[in-house]
Amino acid sequence: MKRAFSILLLSLPLAGCQGWQSALDAQGPSAQALAEMFWIFVAVLGIVWVLTMTALLLALRRRRPADADPLSTDPGTERRMTITVSVAVALTLVTVIALTGLSYAAQKVLFSHKDGALTLLVTGQQWWWKITYENEQPNLVFTTANEIHIPVGKPVLIKLESADVIHSFWVPNLTGKMDAIPGRQNQLQIQADRPGIYRAQCAEFCGLQHAHMGMLVVAEPKEDFERWRNHQVSSAIPPNDPERQRGMEVFLSKPCIMCHQVRGTDAGGKVAPDLTHVGSRRYIGAGTLETTRGNIAAWIIDPHGIKPGVNMPTIQLEPDEVQPLASYLEGLK
Amino acid sequence: MTKASFQPQDSEELLPHRIVLNVRSMPSYAYGHRSPIWWGTVAFAAAEGMGFAMAIGVYFYLVFINGNWPLSAPPPDLFWPSLFTVVLLVSAWPNARAKRDGEQENLSATRRNLVIMSLAGIVLLVIRIMEFNGLHVRWDQNAYGSAVWLLLGLHTLHLLTDLGDTVVLTVLMFTRHGHGKRFSDVGDNAFYWYFVVASWLPIYLILYWFPRWW
Amino acid sequence: MTKAITPHELDAVPEVTRLATGERGGVSGARSEADYSPDPKELRDDQVDGPELTARLAKTWGTQKGLIGALSTVDHKVIGRRYIITALFFLFLGGLSAVAMRLQLARPESSLIGPDLYNQLFTMHGTTMMFLFGVPIGEAFAVYLVPLMVGTRNIAFPRLNAFSYYVYLFGGLMIWLAFMLNIGPDVGWFAYVPLSGPEFSPGKRADIWAQMITFTEVAGISVAISVIVTVFKLRAPGMTLDRIPLFVWAELINSFVIIFAMPAVVTASALLLMDRLVGTHIFNPAEGGDALLYQHLFWFFGHPEVYIIFLPATGWVSAIVVTFARRQAFGYIALVLSLIATGFLSFGLWVHHMFTTGLPQLGASFFTASSMLIAIPNGIQIFCWIATLWDGRPVFRTPLLFVIGFFFIFVAGGLSGIMLASVPLDAQVHDTFFVVAHFHYVLIGGNVFPLIGAIYYWFPKFTGRMMNERLGKWHFGLAFIGFNVAFFPMHITGLMGMPRRVYTYLPEMGWGNLNMISTIGAAVFFGSFLLFLYNIVTSARRGPLAGPNPWNAGTLEWASASPPMPQNFDRIPIVTNREPLWAHRDSLPVAAGLSVENREQIVSTVTAGRADLRESTPEPSIWPFLSAVAITILFVGSMFTPWALVWGTPPLALALIGWFWPKAGTEDER
Ligand code: HEA
Ligand code: HEA
Ligand code: HEC
Ligand code: CUA
Ligand SMILES: [Cu+2]
Repeated sequence: MKRAFSILLLSLPLAGCQGWQSALDAQGPSAQALAEMFWIFVAVLGIVWVLTMTALLLALRRRRPADADPLSTDPGTERRMTITVSVAVALTLVTVIALTGLSYAAQKVLFSHKDGALTLLVTGQQWWWKITYENEQPNLVFTTANEIHIPVGKPVLIKLESADVIHSFWVPNLTGKMDAIPGRQNQLQIQADRPGIYRAQCAEFCGLQHAHMGMLVVAEPKEDFERWRNHQVSSAIPPNDPERQRGMEVFLSKPCIMCHQVRGTDAGGKVAPDLTHVGSRRYIGAGTLETTRGNIAAWIIDPHGIKPGVNMPTIQLEPDEVQPLASYLEGLK
Repeated sequence: MTKASFQPQDSEELLPHRIVLNVRSMPSYAYGHRSPIWWGTVAFAAAEGMGFAMAIGVYFYLVFINGNWPLSAPPPDLFWPSLFTVVLLVSAWPNARAKRDGEQENLSATRRNLVIMSLAGIVLLVIRIMEFNGLHVRWDQNAYGSAVWLLLGLHTLHLLTDLGDTVVLTVLMFTRHGHGKRFSDVGDNAFYWYFVVASWLPIYLILYWFPRWW
Repeated sequence: MTKAITPHELDAVPEVTRLATGERGGVSGARSEADYSPDPKELRDDQVDGPELTARLAKTWGTQKGLIGALSTVDHKVIGRRYIITALFFLFLGGLSAVAMRLQLARPESSLIGPDLYNQLFTMHGTTMMFLFGVPIGEAFAVYLVPLMVGTRNIAFPRLNAFSYYVYLFGGLMIWLAFMLNIGPDVGWFAYVPLSGPEFSPGKRADIWAQMITFTEVAGISVAISVIVTVFKLRAPGMTLDRIPLFVWAELINSFVIIFAMPAVVTASALLLMDRLVGTHIFNPAEGGDALLYQHLFWFFGHPEVYIIFLPATGWVSAIVVTFARRQAFGYIALVLSLIATGFLSFGLWVHHMFTTGLPQLGASFFTASSMLIAIPNGIQIFCWIATLWDGRPVFRTPLLFVIGFFFIFVAGGLSGIMLASVPLDAQVHDTFFVVAHFHYVLIGGNVFPLIGAIYYWFPKFTGRMMNERLGKWHFGLAFIGFNVAFFPMHITGLMGMPRRVYTYLPEMGWGNLNMISTIGAAVFFGSFLLFLYNIVTSARRGPLAGPNPWNAGTLEWASASPPMPQNFDRIPIVTNREPLWAHRDSLPVAAGLSVENREQIVSTVTAGRADLRESTPEPSIWPFLSAVAITILFVGSMFTPWALVWGTPPLALALIGWFWPKAGTEDER
């Protein structure tokens, strides 16, 4: 009853929402298990709350005569109340033991790692994610940023590190979060049961742009994933139309290359997102702006207007350089 | 008060008094746990002891995290800290005398004891300076250095505070204020010195012997 | 009105066998000045009576007029009143910053407040609410009420108490001044390293946060010690352990928790300052340090901290429930034991704030168990209060209404705490608005609602006037609705993926509507406080006069005048029952024989509460104030140069010597 009520209550705001970053819209086995356990907790604790409040409301009736001595007590009432309270305490004990057991069982299942189909090294940085796909075959190792692709139905192992302060990796639709702590490595397993795009967001406060440290997890069928991976490992395709060629010249002649890498060109910077296939990513700026030519241009002209405090400087560009540069980057599919 | 009346009663008077006890002849101060100050000192010692426990916890946490210890530095010299320990332990004796003579309200003996305790404190401080020189590590060298300086610094702070307290009390005892409740202060000051002694022993073992055993 | 004492009259109080120890001072056998019979010329309170006694005592115990007098006062009521008002003022500032945050979050991509200011705002909000409001408000009430409730005339160590107040005040002013100068801290109320460390927070912001901790700690521990010693040694004769009012028990346990918890946060903040200012590496993983160590230290304090905020509130609830149920507390012993159990257990839960840091799983689940276990003592308390109301005759005045609100809200918050205690569930909701919802339910439900009840309840004692009941009921209605509208939706926003401490969010996240509802609720809640403020101000000036005991309550503070005279009681009461005023309705048994011209009070034994000494307590002095100024200069200076420790010490030492240097023969305090 309580549960039906809560669902009703929750469905109001949930109705209009995509739920692409929601713990209640589980898309993987572990998020599913967590959501189920969540509802069990809500139901049990909801009943506890209702019972306690009912007792309180009943207690507010006036039982004593108006002229009763406040120090007087009736042994019979006293005994009955002692028994009732003791029973309630015993029930509390039973409840918390049961909940602890439930929690522990779930914990063991959730954190036992299966053999992963895939291992990713995710490094949190102020304020974006660097992602390295590890592989025994060196030619399948590559680095990207802010967008993870995974094959549907396969467990993926995520190794978490931090390059500066503490961040936290969280894809609520797939599983609970895990911190990325400097000087340590943590591990986490995710798995998606259905194809889809799930949003992840840094959950540990990490400074000025903690709010804009998002990431997408794209779960796709195995073939699509392989195709994506094979494309990602390759270098950038050199542009063939004049505008984009001009854009590439601008890019390579500006300080961009000190921070950014575009495989296949001289740009070899390692401190900022790898841009080799930036045009294929859905968002730039760690989930801040959708990838369109206009948005890329806006970002390059004034990154601090879009993401104040971001670790990318505003670079002086001639007005006629911006468009080519933006189309070059957008074309890096 | 037969009915539960909850109206403000501005006419209500204070209850009349019925004297059932007369405390005229009760003493006006006492020693040890009968006096509030003693409890205050114990409580402060408890809070500070907790501070020491935390600092020691930090030290061992870092040992645990690092595995090898001490980090890129030889263990500290043993001579000065061992001398310090001996002098500190010996000072417990005049300290005990100070407490006893104080409680017997023997002014001249108390004065003598306090002078001895002040001198002991100064000697210890000098040894402590030598001790810092023999650590072979700076606080900003690595986490080991930081932890060592933390523990030693914390203890030095307590040494300094008690020394200051003792000196002021000594001066007081040579003025016209040297009577009555001041004697009970001497006792509390002695108590605090025991705390300084007791807190040193584990630190001595941890800083100087533990790295050799690890 | 009074009769002279005859030995037989001791027997006339059958509940008491022996009220005094009859021990002599000093060490047995030693000659001692402590035994001297009192100066025969000195006037004692068995020689005068009535208004004359009241007036003379008021002169002895009073506070001097003028600025120097005001700064020198050691009257626990004056200091306590200032403490309460200051803490409420910080509540107001914290509330203002909350409203600013709520306005920013009301809509997605709102450009009202930028990230830099927002980060300062939630840091100031959290820090202010926890350190400058939550902890001090409990201690403030202890400073005012504990001496009255245990039937003595002043707090133990009144100068230390005055000193703590000024240190607290200066610490709070420092951090808010920094905020106004745009150097307010911006790393959250727990300032995790490495974000708050030297590399990622250059400038002075994090130093100011860490140094504020030192201020609060010095003040917090000092008050805690004063309260403990007051309860241990200054109880009215006859107040055995099982006659101590529940409020006093709560404050006593609270003070113990403070003493053992605060050193951990000082260690954390001091080490942070050292890493920042002198280059130590305790938290630097590159040099053998560790970032998680900071979290352990902080939460080893941080969890007890939340009980430091909650425990005094249980005292307010107990007092209000008993008075308004018109029945003595059911399960007194159980209530006291669960306070003690809560105090102990609170030190074994800290890791539940670190479930997502990747600690070993088995260890983490131990903390699940201990966190859930704390539902037992909390449940016992809730059940005993309900039972007291059950067998009582509830009187629905504003204080009780707020306590009922407390039940509804706090239990809901406690139960969401049980969800957080589960390692896997917490992995989902940690650092989201679900946690924000949890802790506002427990903090506001568990502290602010009882506090408001307590203010309505003790207002007549503080000011001598009643608060307006009609406004009170409106206040309750608005506050209850506003609170739930503001904070219930946060559970859902959290589950829908909204992390905490974000200054804005994208429209496509779908959190907009719920956030708008929260903001509206927060505005209503804030509005209810304005009504409260209005009620306080008008009632203080024009409210109907209250007698000494307007609620017909049973504890000793109601045996003093409203507001109490400087001496609290003309003679120290004798306690024969847990609710002395319910047991003695016609006359108050008292002890006589204390000086009328000197500040004497009775020191009693710790467990049996037998009268043991008549010790004099310190006169007013300006030195505690000056010491607080000196220590402020030292603390603030040391943020800028370590040399401040050198040049800042002599003035402090001087002030302290001035403080402890005795003036006259009778007047002493360490
Ligand atoms: C007054 C303050 C207060 C109180 C009393 C509590 C009480 C509790 N809290 Fe809460 N907590 C906070 C203030 C408080 N908390 C704050 C400020 C934070 C966040 C800090 C930050 O990150 O900024 C926090 C965070 C917090 C976390 C970390 C969440 C996270 O960051 O991920 C956890 C996890 O276990 C937790 C658990 C609990 C539990 C189990 C209780 C228990 O004590 C609750 C016990 C009470 C009850 C259970 C209700 C009464 C009992 C009954 C009616 C009996 C029947 C009950 C059952 C059958 C279960 N709290
Ligand atoms: C006791 C503690 C306490 C209290 C009372 C409150 C009260 C409120 N808090 Fe919060 N809050 C915290 C403790 C508290 N808070 C903590 C610890 C954090 C975490 C910070 C961090 O992440 O670092 C937090 C964080 C926090 C956030 C999350 C910020 C984020 O993560 O981005 C939000 C957002 O809505 C919020 C909102 C509010 C609101 C709307 C109120 C409202 O209830 C405010 C209502 C207004 C008042 C209570 C003041 C009114 C007073 C007067 C008008 C004066 C009255 C005068 C007299 C009585 C004399 N708080
Ligand atoms: C000092 C280093 C630095 C320089 C120089 C620099 N950038 Fe960046 N850039 C960054 C960082 C850091 C980010 C990640 C910002 C974030 O999301 O928080 C970034 C992000 C980007 C992105 C978005 C990538 C993504 O996937 O989110 C683009 C596009 C980009 N930069 C283009 C450029 C161009 C074009 C130039 C030169 C005109 C340039 N950058 C110069 C540091 C730099
Ligand atoms: Cu990274 Cu928050
Ligand atoms: Cu906690």
